[in-house]
Amino acid sequence: MTMFGEGLAVGHSLTLGAALFCISLAGIFLNRKNVIVLLMSIELMLLAVNINFVAFSRHLGDPAGQVFVFFILTVAAAEAAIGLAILVTLFRNRKTINVSEIDTLKG
Amino acid sequence: MDFVQIAYFVFAGAAVAAALGVISLRNPVHAALCLVLTFFSVACTWIISGAEFLGIALILVYVGAVMVLFLFVVMMLDVDTAPLREGFVRYLPVGLIVAVVMLAEILTLIGVQALVATPFADNVATGGDIPNTTWLARALFTEFMLPFEVAAVILTIAVIAAVMLTLRRRVGAKHQDPSAQSRVRSTQGRIRMVSMPAESSVAVPSAMDEMPGTAP
Repeated sequence: MTMFGEGLAVGHSLTLGAALFCISLAGIFLNRKNVIVLLMSIELMLLAVNINFVAFSRHLGDPAGQVFVFFILTVAAAEAAIGLAILVTLFRNRKTINVSEIDTLKG
Repeated sequence: MDFVQIAYFVFAGAAVAAALGVISLRNPVHAALCLVLTFFSVACTWIISGAEFLGIALILVYVGAVMVLFLFVVMMLDVDTAPLREGFVRYLPVGLIVAVVMLAEILTLIGVQALVATPFADNVATGGDIPNTTWLARALFTEFMLPFEVAAVILTIAVIAAVMLTLRRRVGAKHQDPSAQSRVRSTQGRIRMVSMPAESSVAVPSAMDEMPGTAP
């Protein structure tokens, strides 16, 4: 089957990353009321970016790409922790996580 | 199309299907579990394509820590999900159109056919005769030492920030006050002088009377 090439190549990983990125973008469109699903979509986007990094690191034989994925994982873990802490505080104060009801700054 | 490629496509298909579940399921707990499946499948594809350390790290960090945190928060907040779903059908066409068009554009841009043509070189060829973890660690602890330390500082700051954001003093709760517990006031706090009548019939020297608290 020549369509899929021989063995694993960078194109396979890039395709998977693009598919996951577009799915998470659609998730941000569809679930714009629910902060939890929005956070999950952002995590999915970061994962898609990481897939591209790993693919090109393997393609070029350069460890910098995989080291960068390591740092992205670190920052994403910190972001998830702080984001969820903000979410808990928000729910405690406002009793809702609906994005359309969080409009105090609108005046 | 060898076995490795078939396995890769199965894992990639599982990842995409689970990602679709994340954005479309009604229950946020189910969505979080689907996200766990997505991360696990992607970790499998990484391990297949030769990045073993990052695959294991993804499972440990994401499935083990971040997603447990997500599930914890989802289950802790008593969220009524019905009003959060409104607008799903209304935004479905535009979301689908944007996503599909973007995917088509990206795939065209990648030129999948061209990039599929040259497969990954062996890990042995790229990194010498060393495993993936060693190869990564050599780069991480020499060239990227300062970013590594900065990442540690970022994690520490994140932990402190998360604790400070969610810490609160409830009104009725009883708290320990360690500083009050360990504070020593010089004479009246730690020891108390008790004046007791001596019970012995032996005559006590008059100097002892002025020092109550010393045992006879």
